[in-house]
Amino acid sequence: MTSHSHDHDHDDHDDHDHHHDNHFSEMQARVKALETVLTQKGLIDPAAIDAIVDTYETKIGPRNGAHVVAKAWSDPDFADWLGRDATAAIASLGYTGRQGEHMRAVFNTPETHNLVVCTLCSCYPWAVLGLPPVWYKAPPYRSRAVIDPRGVLEEFGVTLPDAKKIRVWDSTAELRYIVIPERPAGTEDLGQEALADLVTRDSMIGTGLAITAGGTR
Amino acid sequence: MNAHEPSLTASPGLPKSNEGDPVFAEPWQAEAFAMTVRLHEKGVFSWSEWAEALSHELYKPGRRADASDYFDCWVAALSRLVTELSITSQDNLDQLTRSWQRAAEATPHGRPILLENDPER
Repeated sequence: MTSHSHDHDHDDHDDHDHHHDNHFSEMQARVKALETVLTQKGLIDPAAIDAIVDTYETKIGPRNGAHVVAKAWSDPDFADWLGRDATAAIASLGYTGRQGEHMRAVFNTPETHNLVVCTLCSCYPWAVLGLPPVWYKAPPYRSRAVIDPRGVLEEFGVTLPDAKKIRVWDSTAELRYIVIPERPAGTEDLGQEALADLVTRDSMIGTGLAITAGGTR
Repeated sequence: MNAHEPSLTASPGLPKSNEGDPVFAEPWQAEAFAMTVRLHEKGVFSWSEWAEALSHELYKPGRRADASDYFDCWVAALSRLVTELSITSQDNLDQLTRSWQRAAEATPHGRPILLENDPER
């Protein structure tokens, strides 16, 4: 293992301030190398690969994130902790990314809707949300989400009142976001497990809302 | 599809969900899996060639006790197969790997990581 930063010291400098946001692990880079060669040889088509990937779940998967949201809805102390230190609060449920990335939870309110975007690298909280959907990795989503978030949301079937503000959060390799959607009305009697079923992956990215009680996606 | 051949989901040791689907701990694992599925579908290698290459890597000494390196083995097996089939050389794969790492480091946040971004290319 080599370090690219051993020639300058860190002292009291915040290590998360640096601008090397993008980094490929050895395995990520190896897979990209294989993909490059196989594409050049005409043996695979990256779009077909994405389509295959999209059909599979991950071990961790979006259910972990749904658990986090359901707990935040039903336990005010946990919600408070999640707001102050999402990394620790989420880790307390046993969900940690192996790359040691930090998490921040952004809460939807009646006034504000949150939307998460990312570069095309690995900036996705897969420890809680599983594999990133294909559209999330596509250049148009990222650029348009920043320029015209309301338009992007409408394409996802989410129409927000004009008065509602939209905040767009740009993930980095070190800091990843999870949206805590608003708890749907009429769910006061539901337990955590039933609540978790209302939380979709898209609602935690911000391109969707939680399923309303008894409703569908 | 090669109906007469087992699917890649029958690969030895593949972690699976209760529903029998493969499960991945990180996105690159799913990409490696999907590439292998595609190559097998195209007949680039047979099921038995794949199973042999994978087993060879899985039974190497020094594996992690918790098997969290399963997909490291998978990628090693795939790399071996494509070099044995003369699709590329190990040297070329190693160089491309370094190149992608340099490209990632050189790409500012908010831009797609492209191989062209490697300053040494």
